[in-house]
Amino acid sequence: MTSAKDTILGRIRQALVDVPETEAGPEAWRFRQRSTEDHSALLDRFTERARGYKVRVERATRAEAPARAARILAEAGLVRLALPADFPVDLAPEGFDLLRDDGLDNATIAACDGVLTTCACAIAETGTLVLDHGVGQGRRKLTLLPDYHLCFVEASAILGLVPEAVERMQPSVAAGRPLTFISGPSATSDIELNRVEGVHGPRTLVVVILDEAFPNETETH
Amino acid sequence: MSVDSPGIIVERAFPAAARDALRDSQLRRNIGKATNTIRAKRKAVVAEMPDWQDLRDAGYAIKRDTLRHLDRHLLALEASVTAAGGTVHWARDGEEANRMVGDILAGHQAKEVLKIKSLTTDEIGLNGALSARGIEPIETDLAEVIVQKGHDRSSHILVPAIHRNRAEIREIFKRELPDTEHLTDEPRDLADAARRYLRQKFLTVPYAISGANFAVAETGSVAIFESEGNGRMCLTLPRVLISIMGIEKVIPRWADMSAFLQLLPRSSTAERMNPYNSVWSGTRAGEGPEEFHLVLLDNGRSDVLADEPARDTLNCIRCSACLNICPVYERTGGRAYGSTYPGPIGAILTPQMNAPPSPADSLPFASSLCGACYEVCPVKIDIPRILVHLRGKVVAARGAKTALDGEALVMAAMARVFENPRLYALAHKAAAIGQVPFIRDGAIKSLPGPLAGWTAMRDLTPIAKQSFREWWKARDR
Ligand code: SF4
Repeated sequence: MTSAKDTILGRIRQALVDVPETEAGPEAWRFRQRSTEDHSALLDRFTERARGYKVRVERATRAEAPARAARILAEAGLVRLALPADFPVDLAPEGFDLLRDDGLDNATIAACDGVLTTCACAIAETGTLVLDHGVGQGRRKLTLLPDYHLCFVEASAILGLVPEAVERMQPSVAAGRPLTFISGPSATSDIELNRVEGVHGPRTLVVVILDEAFPNETETH
Repeated sequence: MSVDSPGIIVERAFPAAARDALRDSQLRRNIGKATNTIRAKRKAVVAEMPDWQDLRDAGYAIKRDTLRHLDRHLLALEASVTAAGGTVHWARDGEEANRMVGDILAGHQAKEVLKIKSLTTDEIGLNGALSARGIEPIETDLAEVIVQKGHDRSSHILVPAIHRNRAEIREIFKRELPDTEHLTDEPRDLADAARRYLRQKFLTVPYAISGANFAVAETGSVAIFESEGNGRMCLTLPRVLISIMGIEKVIPRWADMSAFLQLLPRSSTAERMNPYNSVWSGTRAGEGPEEFHLVLLDNGRSDVLADEPARDTLNCIRCSACLNICPVYERTGGRAYGSTYPGPIGAILTPQMNAPPSPADSLPFASSLCGACYEVCPVKIDIPRILVHLRGKVVAARGAKTALDGEALVMAAMARVFENPRLYALAHKAAAIGQVPFIRDGAIKSLPGPLAGWTAMRDLTPIAKQSFREWWKARDR
């Protein structure tokens, strides 16, 4: 008996008899591969686009970042926070019940008020964070189960366009790492097209950009 | 149509179903609001892209090239997914796919399975097949919960519950979900009720089923685009994950995602980017499911591939932009198409997946050929051209019995002309000069020359099918 695989491949080959053996692939793409904006414009664009998704975005130097994060988290009344096992020590805010993920079970993660992570890169044009779940970013479910996600983003990791991020992530994908692209909090428009935040994922997303070039940037919302 | 039958078996011809849909004024209002809102948003996020046409060209080129060497890319995908720790299955049709999925779940003694909204599983009637084996599928998209708990069918690819208003949703939830005695009809409240119900399921059911937006042959990576996070839940919490994809969903390289990550969100939810995109390859220790199955489904797709003039149908990335722009869809809603795939894409895809003669034969006539669907399509499927090609096929299939039928003659002639750009240009020119009617008989006497240009084509459409014409005339009543 022929296997399903052989049958399907046979049908496909039969269907494609009109296609020449040696056929040139598609022409080179003409869409934009690199942003032409300077980096400070990119940071502004990322900030504007992320805020468009109701993300709170702030900038701080690395030294100042934990205190800034602590203030934001305290304002929101959070107490217990999950962290990836390899979350950078110097970014951890003080005054919270911090739970390092050394294999926490789902219920424990879900019971945390929030989660802190870093990310692999970000996309200015779409206001997107990209996690490849490497150092500082945790397992995929860590940034999913708690209702609040605060993400530190290196200013230098903010790229202009989608193709730049796709290229940056090529080695991660090739290494078999999963990726999560996050553009604002979880949302639905399924009920009469009214947007409701946080159906399943975190209802609140906060980004702190780590930027040495803006040491005096005032807190904005 | 019964809820559990496969979603591409069309039981009623479009005109009859459309007449019913038109009588439902609530449905018309909801669909009208949905399509208008998304249409305006889409226009704005597309307009801000200076290279949108270049992106569409790339999307088209990637899809076309992939389909023309589909066997190679599928074999590469199988190899890369297997190398990443996944298991690949091939399914000739829906029944085979349903059986495979059922067997995998039965092997684990599964009683329940989580599901991410997937048109492909709807197409093959997976839910019904699983229920019949005592495995309860639990839909996890808010809209799918509304549809499933309302014992109903989806009316829109993207917003399946758009035919339900908040009061109706409240009634369904109060009846079907726990802890809903004090539920109001505020969208926030309704969403919270679904969140509570589903959170419990996510944390306790160790099996999940998804579709796939894309699968990368080079790396074995599967991608799911979503908004709510139920997808991420299903992709990361369960122990066993089964993804079912049509064979046309493969793309060759990871770099190709740079086109689709831009084309799909803007065309679909009309956002710069949808909230969550997940990409994963096989299995990974300490992260995500321990067992991953990828089912490659043919179910008629290789037949579509074989019909060269209609091959581009398989480019479709299921964005729903063509639904939202379509004047026929806007008035009838999705359910009139009787299929998982409504609107312009459904009008070309469904009849190709239902062997003629079938009520689905009426679907290629459910269009005014205005061309708007082609303009918005992110992968440049020339839907009007394929519609005309399929009309010609329907007419030809009717055979000698109706050889003298004026309608059949016109359609066959039209199909020939539309399929040949040179002939079309010639005919267009001739008609423009003289308005020469090239066929006259009872069926079309009230019309000008059928080739008097694109605008005339719109008026011409109704002659294709008398009942569709009646519907068209009645549409404003
Ligand atoms: S045919 Fe084109 S516009 Fe319609 S759903 Fe498919 S990709 Fe989108």
